[in-house]
Amino acid sequence: MLQTSGISDFALGKVTNMTHTLSALVKNRPRVLARVAGLFARRDFNIESLAVSTTEDPAISRMTIAVDASGTPLEQVRKQLEKLHDVVTVIDHTEHAVVERELCMIKVRVKPSQRAEVAALVEIFRGDIIDIGNGALIVQSIGNSDKIDAFIENFDDYGIVELVRTGKVVLARGAQKT
Amino acid sequence: MSEKMINGAVGMLQVLEEEDVDIIFGYPGGAVIPIYDALYDSKIRNILPRHEQGAAHAADGYARSTGRVGVCLATSGPGALNLVTGLANAYMDSVPMVAITGQVKRHLIGKDSFQEADTTGVTIPVTKHNYLVTNTAELVDICREAFYLARTGRPGPVLVDVPFDVSIGDVPWTERNIEGLDGYEQPKPVDDELIRRAAQMIDEAKKPVLLIGGGVVASGASEKLLEFATKCNIGVIHTLMGKGAFPESHELSMGMPGMHGMAYASLALQNSDLMIVIGARFDDRITGDLEKFAPGARVIHIDVDAAEIEKVRPVRIGICADAGDALDKLIPACKPRDKGPWEQQLFEWRRTHPLTYPTPDEGIAPQYIVEQLYELTGGSAIIATEVGQNQMWAAQYYKLEKPRRFLSSGGLGTMGYGFPAAIGAQVGNPGELVVDIAGDGSIQMNQQELTTASINKLPVKVVILNNGYLGLVRQWQEMFFDNRLSGVDLTGNPDFAKMAEAHGGVGLRCAEPDKVRETLEQGLEVNDRPVFMDFLVHKEENVFPFIPAGKSVDDIMMEQPEKQK
Ligand SMILES: Cc1ncc(C[n+]2csc(CCOP(=O)(O)OP(=O)(O)O)c2C)c(N)n1
Ligand SMILES: [Mg+2]
Repeated sequence: MLQTSGISDFALGKVTNMTHTLSALVKNRPRVLARVAGLFARRDFNIESLAVSTTEDPAISRMTIAVDASGTPLEQVRKQLEKLHDVVTVIDHTEHAVVERELCMIKVRVKPSQRAEVAALVEIFRGDIIDIGNGALIVQSIGNSDKIDAFIENFDDYGIVELVRTGKVVLARGAQKT
Repeated sequence: MSEKMINGAVGMLQVLEEEDVDIIFGYPGGAVIPIYDALYDSKIRNILPRHEQGAAHAADGYARSTGRVGVCLATSGPGALNLVTGLANAYMDSVPMVAITGQVKRHLIGKDSFQEADTTGVTIPVTKHNYLVTNTAELVDICREAFYLARTGRPGPVLVDVPFDVSIGDVPWTERNIEGLDGYEQPKPVDDELIRRAAQMIDEAKKPVLLIGGGVVASGASEKLLEFATKCNIGVIHTLMGKGAFPESHELSMGMPGMHGMAYASLALQNSDLMIVIGARFDDRITGDLEKFAPGARVIHIDVDAAEIEKVRPVRIGICADAGDALDKLIPACKPRDKGPWEQQLFEWRRTHPLTYPTPDEGIAPQYIVEQLYELTGGSAIIATEVGQNQMWAAQYYKLEKPRRFLSSGGLGTMGYGFPAAIGAQVGNPGELVVDIAGDGSIQMNQQELTTASINKLPVKVVILNNGYLGLVRQWQEMFFDNRLSGVDLTGNPDFAKMAEAHGGVGLRCAEPDKVRETLEQGLEVNDRPVFMDFLVHKEENVFPFIPAGKSVDDIMMEQPEKQK
């Protein structure tokens, strides 16, 4: 059921805006999330999203952090993160070719007469309608953050009841480690 | 494979012994009774402070003055929370400390149990790292790791929170193996190419200066610094934390810059074309307005903490290394350099901008007391300070020739630090003269430690510059808030001399300038108990020079401005 979008969605080359992606491998220990989140808060670093997941190694978790570096140089953010004892490595993907994905679900209020129109819109984004009921649809899209932004924008007109985004995750392409 | 099992508390003390800890500063309570029970049979001596904050600062003073890891111990809940200021203080000034705290039994955690506090949660931002021991198998290794983290890299406090059932139960004893921890990077060997470029930059500079901080002290790199500075004839400016790392009587010593530093030090920094910064971190008390701070200076920054490089000030060359390791490479790489017109200019500024103070009509000049103390002791004392004007006068007028002899709360500015820190220093340096230069406000923040000093026969001297005010705050109110004095009047201070006596110490009081020397001599002679010397100083004395917060050296005030009538 999950559909992926095409190669054109790959974020290739240098990111030009102030949002950068860091991948941190952290020890899977209690409070590690509090340590990382606390560091961002007390140093006044802006995080746009943070996704935490398991990895191929059960002792290690991965944090994918989208950082707004307009306030603090990214290098400072990276170095402060690396100082945390439970953080094993931090990789800045600014210069890397990465595959970036985020999942978004939107609950929209849609009259039965509008369903076909919505289905067509979802199709353009290669998304899915994943739930129908009680006058509301839940639609889903997976892609890079720009695509998700566009997806959401298109549903504004219908009246978005609720929405959720996972925050982005990335993997570096080829031999480059994430 | 059968593991050797050991009582948890006994195991912890064995790790302490492995680390050559013979003294800890601790206060008991329900959650650490198992540890106190193990101490009953241990060679390790527990010094009982009268407040856990005292324990933390004493461990800090012990660590700063000896270079060893200071250890403090407290019970769960209120005991642990009373350590927090002391931990934050040590964290800001990169002092190696291990704090052990008791915690409620594991099954009671998270249930708002009696004397439960989220100690590890609370202390994350004020420790280098902390641990809650939930797995008994990890207790021994965690304790070792705590010491390793505390003393390596950029030193700092590490806290280990141990639930009651972990310390009273049996835990496996493992053999020592902690080097090379995952995710803990020690600085890499110094990069030769960076050293080569740094040496070239130093060679090409017309107006170089050295700015050195606590990192030089922590690294034990004073002798190397002296060798480097004299080989290249570069003036050495020190931060508050770097005081004593370079002999202050040396021709190349250019004093302390910044808000209450020497004008000649600030001028030297400001007009330099190259700043070689070692183990210092561009604190705002030194830089003031960053935009205007030393705009013509290129920077070589050497720090063991990579994150300090370019945290505040952009650099030309950043070298992440231990100060001593970097100097080892830098010394042979640099060509000898003679003193030139720039150095003559530095010395000229030093001649034309000396520290001065007026003789007050009423009361004793506080600066005079510190000067007299300096003369009487030949600069040989270990000086602790409180916070406020007293601290600045101590930094200005007590010159030091050696490191680890100036114990002052630099980063956090903690009133109440000096006295317990002096106690810790006296414990760690039994034969030495230890003097806390104090304010009448600050001393009251941990005065309960008088008992600790008396009971343990610690002859700590406290020189109270008693101005009847929270002086530094009063100074700001006078200068920037139209002298609308609010909340700074300490009328009703206790009789400090009597207070010392009541605690088994010696109390002296001096109200006249010509009795200062005599009083100091009398106080310094005492060798078996604490001494409070209460000096009634000129109440409205202000600290100069003064560069107001956020300003630059262009706005420096050298002396009291004419009062508007
Ligand atoms: C724990 C704490 N509370 C408040 C302050 C703010 N403060 C800084 S200096 C100062 C005055 C200190 O008074 P005193 O110890 O008498 O020293 P003086 O400046 O008079 O020499 C105060 C209140 C502080 N630094 N630390
Ligand atoms: Mg005072």
